[in-house]
Amino acid sequence: MKNLSMRDALRAALHEEMVRDERVFIMGEEIGKWQGTHRVTRGFYEEFGAERVRDTPISEMAIAGVATGAAMAGLRPVAEMMTINFAFLAFDAIINHAAKIHYMFNGQITVPLVVRAATGWGNQATATHSHTPEPIWAHFPGLIVGCPSNAYDAKGMLKAAIRDDNPILFTEVIALYPKPSPIPDEEYLIPIGESAIKREGDDVTIVSYGRGVEWALEAAETLAKEDIQAEVVDIRWLRPLDMSKTLESFKKTNRCVVVEESLPHYSFGSEIAAQLQEAAFDYMDAPVKRVSALDVPLPYAREIELMALPNAAKVVQAVKEVL
Amino acid sequence: MATKTESLTKETLLDWYHDIVLIRHFEDRCHHLYFEEKDPARKITGVYLHLATGSEATHVGAVKALGEDDHVITAYRDHGIAIARGVNPDRVMAEMMGKRTGTSGGKGGSMHLADRDLNFWGGYAIVGGHLPLAAGIALKEQYVKSGNAVLCFVGDGALNNGYFHETANMAQVWKLPIVFLVENNLVGMGTRIEESSGQTNPIKRAVGYGMKEGPSVDGQDVVEVYEAVKAELDWSRENGPVLMEARTYRFEGHGVSDKAFNAREDLKGELAIWEARDPINVLTARIKKKYKDVDETLAALDAEAVRIVDESVEYAVSSPAPGYNDLIANVYVGFEAGV
Repeated sequence: MKNLSMRDALRAALHEEMVRDERVFIMGEEIGKWQGTHRVTRGFYEEFGAERVRDTPISEMAIAGVATGAAMAGLRPVAEMMTINFAFLAFDAIINHAAKIHYMFNGQITVPLVVRAATGWGNQATATHSHTPEPIWAHFPGLIVGCPSNAYDAKGMLKAAIRDDNPILFTEVIALYPKPSPIPDEEYLIPIGESAIKREGDDVTIVSYGRGVEWALEAAETLAKEDIQAEVVDIRWLRPLDMSKTLESFKKTNRCVVVEESLPHYSFGSEIAAQLQEAAFDYMDAPVKRVSALDVPLPYAREIELMALPNAAKVVQAVKEVL
Repeated sequence: MATKTESLTKETLLDWYHDIVLIRHFEDRCHHLYFEEKDPARKITGVYLHLATGSEATHVGAVKALGEDDHVITAYRDHGIAIARGVNPDRVMAEMMGKRTGTSGGKGGSMHLADRDLNFWGGYAIVGGHLPLAAGIALKEQYVKSGNAVLCFVGDGALNNGYFHETANMAQVWKLPIVFLVENNLVGMGTRIEESSGQTNPIKRAVGYGMKEGPSVDGQDVVEVYEAVKAELDWSRENGPVLMEARTYRFEGHGVSDKAFNAREDLKGELAIWEARDPINVLTARIKKKYKDVDETLAALDAEAVRIVDESVEYAVSSPAPGYNDLIANVYVGFEAGV
């Protein structure tokens, strides 16, 4: 057992999978000689060489599309989008091609592809560089979407993703890269489509993923001081969506707050709320409350950027509104 | 080119003739089943049907240049390429009619034919979207050092799409074994090449990527297409990508929705010129120049093609439609659809 940052946990996952399976290779902008913009692939170029650590031109459509083709033909590419914001340029390659090909050709062709992308709001990164758009991608059948909330999950989830035969968008919250978790020495996988209870409690269910889990846990500690026990569910995979733990928890607490770093309209929160009212209406003692980013593009000035974003205090307030 | 032709056997030329007339009859039948067929059980329906009539020599010549382990991928005008590669016409027609026995189980339709066993990776319907897929398949072959290459058909219209730019550049940077064969029929949907492209000579685009400028061949002559594509595939195996062109024509409109193209008065003369260069006529002339007394053989091949198309229609008509279990199958590998 040792403490690793999420950055190093992801690095270990990638490293282990590249050593284990020669078909696994990585491609993306500045991942090789530059050592990776987020340093997840630090040292890989020197160790694995240019064939398996492929620096690409600034060509998001081709990065996603070429990786898709290589996956179709039998390799297991891990393509990196420097940030999810740039993946919008590759939307067609990922949604219209990677995610559709298995179905469209009736299962003849599989696409064992992982697209990694850094996500989330940064420090004054501004409107075009501050997206947390996992729910948009999770809208489409055929794509798997995962986003870990800590270093431990990141390692097990990424390893499972690389071994899976489906196209997967794997997003990594930039703000979580430096944060450590204890990581066991022995190998472990976190299965795709498995959510987790991150804190137990009887009074309210807080559902989130990625950065939102951190706010939820922080809020739960604050609430505990007032003798309010929150149960925190980390969805981990937005697709396939595992509602089992959320439903089980909700049937116990009868109240729910959804926390999302992303925007409120047509959102993660909307989906969880809709599914809860469909599946557990009789257990509902209060409306499901959503804590989301404000419905504006993110600005530059720090004071107003922070106003637009969720935080633990907003989660505490939302919980009190549903109690 | 002419001297190399001597090495082609009579059997080979007749085999190509067979495929070309088969594709012609297949496409003509599709046209009939879409527009004229009255029996709903026999009709081809839907909004898309892009016929390859006029381009058969380009499709057959290029595909025949492939080795068994090479790959081919194309856009939505894919019926002829599928048949040339050896996909069973029964299954192609079944896909046209949305049947469970179709190449894609009735879930892909005419634009999404594929046969993985034949390394025919499909038709793709987002213009340019298949180009990086082709490069990715080529990357795999380079990665495993197989010596296999990829033939990627690309329409002249798709050269103006960002996918082409990014893929051409990346393929050249990585020296991927791929031949981009521009199927230049002078028009992208309804917009002429000179109205849509600053550079109207497709091959000249290669210069911007440092890529090999391949030959421009007569796309109506199956032999010329075959010889040139074969040579460029072999070059690409060792050296990287090539951009080459087959000059061809679309005898039909863009798709079934296009009523305007063949009605354009200003193109009537052009169509007549190209119809005189019908791939069937060009190959017939080649065969007759070299061999005597082939009329009966050619007529028999033509009749055989009609019979194959007849059978494909009966196969498709008698095949079951897909059902609910098919609808929800193959969304994921190993996970159920979220229905």
